[in-house]
Amino acid sequence: MTQAQIPLEQTPVVEHSEHKKAWKWYEYFTFNVDHKVIGIQYLVTTFIFYLIGGAMAVAMRTELATADSDFLNPSLYNAFLTNHGTIMIFLWVVPSAIGGFGNFLVPLMVGARDMAFPRLNAIAFWVVPPAGILLLASFFFGGAQAGWTSYPPLSEITAPQAQSIWILSLVLAGTSSILGSVNFIVTILKMKVPSMKWSQLPLFCWAILATSLLALVSTPVLAAGLVLLLFDINFGTSFFKPDANGNVVLYQHLFWFYSHPAVYLMILPVFGIMSEVIPVHSRKAIFGYKAIAYSSLAICLVGLFVWVHHMFTSGTPPWMRLFFTISTLIVAVPTGIKIFSWVATLWGGKIRFTSAMLFALGLLSMFVIGGLSGVTLGVVPFDIHAHDTYYIVAHFHYVLFGGSVFGIYAGIYHWFPKMTGRMLNETLGKIHFALTFIGTHLTFMPMHELGLKGMPRRVAMYDPQFEAINKICTFGAYVLAVSVLVFTINAIWSWVKGEKASGNPWNAMTLEWTTDSPPIIENWEVLPVVTHGPYDYGLNGRGPSAEEESAVSAQ
Amino acid sequence: MSQIPASLLTLIAGIVITLFSIWIGLNHGLLPEQVSEQAPLVDNLFSIMLAIAFAFFLVVQGAILIFIVKYRRRAGDDTDGVYIEGNFPLEIVWTAIPALIVIGLGIYSVDVYQRMGGFAPSTGMMAHSHPSSHVAQMSRSAMAAPLMVADAEAVSPEASASESEESATPTGSEAPKVVETYKLPIYGFGAPPEVKKPADVTVNVMGLQFAWIFTYPDSGITTSELHIPVGKDIQLNITAQDVIHSFWVPQFRLKQDALPGEKSQLNFVATKTGTYPVICAELCGSYHGSMRTQVIIHTPEEYQQWLEETKVAQAGNLNQAVATKPAELSPSEFLAPYAQEMGIRAETLKQLHPQHPSS
Repeated sequence: MTQAQIPLEQTPVVEHSEHKKAWKWYEYFTFNVDHKVIGIQYLVTTFIFYLIGGAMAVAMRTELATADSDFLNPSLYNAFLTNHGTIMIFLWVVPSAIGGFGNFLVPLMVGARDMAFPRLNAIAFWVVPPAGILLLASFFFGGAQAGWTSYPPLSEITAPQAQSIWILSLVLAGTSSILGSVNFIVTILKMKVPSMKWSQLPLFCWAILATSLLALVSTPVLAAGLVLLLFDINFGTSFFKPDANGNVVLYQHLFWFYSHPAVYLMILPVFGIMSEVIPVHSRKAIFGYKAIAYSSLAICLVGLFVWVHHMFTSGTPPWMRLFFTISTLIVAVPTGIKIFSWVATLWGGKIRFTSAMLFALGLLSMFVIGGLSGVTLGVVPFDIHAHDTYYIVAHFHYVLFGGSVFGIYAGIYHWFPKMTGRMLNETLGKIHFALTFIGTHLTFMPMHELGLKGMPRRVAMYDPQFEAINKICTFGAYVLAVSVLVFTINAIWSWVKGEKASGNPWNAMTLEWTTDSPPIIENWEVLPVVTHGPYDYGLNGRGPSAEEESAVSAQ
Repeated sequence: MSQIPASLLTLIAGIVITLFSIWIGLNHGLLPEQVSEQAPLVDNLFSIMLAIAFAFFLVVQGAILIFIVKYRRRAGDDTDGVYIEGNFPLEIVWTAIPALIVIGLGIYSVDVYQRMGGFAPSTGMMAHSHPSSHVAQMSRSAMAAPLMVADAEAVSPEASASESEESATPTGSEAPKVVETYKLPIYGFGAPPEVKKPADVTVNVMGLQFAWIFTYPDSGITTSELHIPVGKDIQLNITAQDVIHSFWVPQFRLKQDALPGEKSQLNFVATKTGTYPVICAELCGSYHGSMRTQVIIHTPEEYQQWLEETKVAQAGNLNQAVATKPAELSPSEFLAPYAQEMGIRAETLKQLHPQHPSS
């Protein structure tokens, strides 16, 4: 891949102009190697899984509206809670934030014509649909019912066929993640347009780089744990069978060594989206570019050493409980830096309340709540009480729904014009935001109290004293369901009939806005020359320092 | 930098936020009653964290709100905001303050953890030195047996009594029983460090789908509800028979997973009489949510009385106790007496262990 070295002053090579400029609609359903097609394939596919996982959540909340188990069969309830978690993590947030936005944006942002390994990229996408179909097919065998954590021995004795299919599905999803990560790392490190300095690399790319490194280190460990579990279920081994001298706690270490970093796989790319959306819509340079970039890497590093905080009540010796208390608390520092930097970015801006910005602000506000409850949970004496209660459910939904999903929405509103060439409807977008914001608080805020007062998570039947609060949560979940419908209608309608978007509707400064909307195949006729930083708002063409004078945009 | 607002207004806001956060920390009312000696320790830690978190929450959300109002785009204004790359002193401040707070919290939590008896189980491991019996029991039990019979014996009176004797008098005389050389660690919370004597009451707790079984090794009784005296050192030895469960009494602020093949314990002193829920907190199957029972905290006199009455009752009603041969019963028959007490319906029991129809 040497496009980056094409002399920039010359007219484009003739063969480029003979290429077709856009894909036909049906080519989005094929093994296409264009990173933009793959990015959209990821986003649409994962959004379908988001709807499926969301439907499961609505069914569970309906069950929980009353204390008795009267809506779903308890086994089906457990299958829903397991697959809701699995789908939302492995088939929605991770593949859409990394695969979807990462693929569409990284080459455009670094000024490359495609990813480093386009064919590998397409393979990484095309293992996702089979993974999802396998997971859904597991319902023919009752569905995996041991939670998305699938701790043995429960996972070894409950619905073993479905559990095996669940494992295969996750291994496929993990493979996709590893293949994608290699591609991102090479693309960012090697295919950046030469005129772009490292300090001009958009923060989204820094986030994807950190995420990919993390996925590359941690995903194989999950695969190892899952394969051992598969062997235990199907081939008579006894790695995790206590009655044959296996160790049930070992699985938990293998599982969480990946699955805690998975939390950062889900939030770091979204932090990257935040760092792009907030400056554009508040017309301000990002505050503390370096601090945000380094804090991504710091979270990625420290995040590898906090996994035992998921196991504080398990078979965990005292020294381990305290070591992981301290390491967990440390993660709060780089995360805080990011939050403060975004808030400071707002200061002195000219904030435009577009739907993208509203979701970014919503994320900022929600993530603070999830982050603070996360700090309380990191402390072992309190976690002993709160572990496996609804307090946990509240915490991680504030982080993953209020955080990751809000960020994905912000990203969709922000880049939809670039992806499709049409604007999303802003009125519907604002209705969507209002419903989502209210629905999230209604659903998840009361759960803090439920957990602290004594309601465990993952139950289909509970103490009737909690019924009133649960009804609020269920109502909130219905509001969220309506909000998703509004968004879905908006997305489909706008894609077909929406207002046409210009190449740079938000007047943004990163490279993806220097080409058409949607970008032509191979992204640019002539590769852009980077003359200013990605967030140089307020400079009015002046360089931020002496050596960059009178910067002009690439086109 | 001149942009940092440092006016009197900020000072007042700071004072108000501080006072309000402290008030929230003292009056949140989010935690249930305190019924163990550990509970106030945990609650103080939580209240402090809540107050700090609330202050942060107010500062950040307040800043967001003020900024989005003050710096909203006015109609017709298409210019950009002022160019600010960053502010190094400010960034140092907001890195250092959270860092100091989490370090403080870390140190405080270690202290709380120590006073809760969190360090004791590992020293307990040395004193107990009865590791092998459990492992041996486990390996004898048939893998596919729906209710591992041998393991049920593991907490039966004789086995457990010898264990507790052993722990009380760790002499070398028991050495020949140790067939395996490695020691099993014990997880959970031991007695607070100042308590040097063995617990007043020891109860063996076993989790199984979907009930708790409490065995009193000193008196040989088995119950489905936990009865303990108030104000005494209680030790729960927690195991699980089939899958992982988790023993949780919210009012004690104590939780410990019951792990098959591992030993864990909880030491505590109950501080109030009354009846409180015992909850399974780890997903253990379809009826996980119904795996609830009660802990009944008696006065010491009432407790003695209950102990005597139950002893007599169970002596005359042997086929209800675990001492029957559970192997001859189907799981639902075996569980029926427990289930009745817990209000589990017969159809629920029929669905147990559908993967082992052979029993």
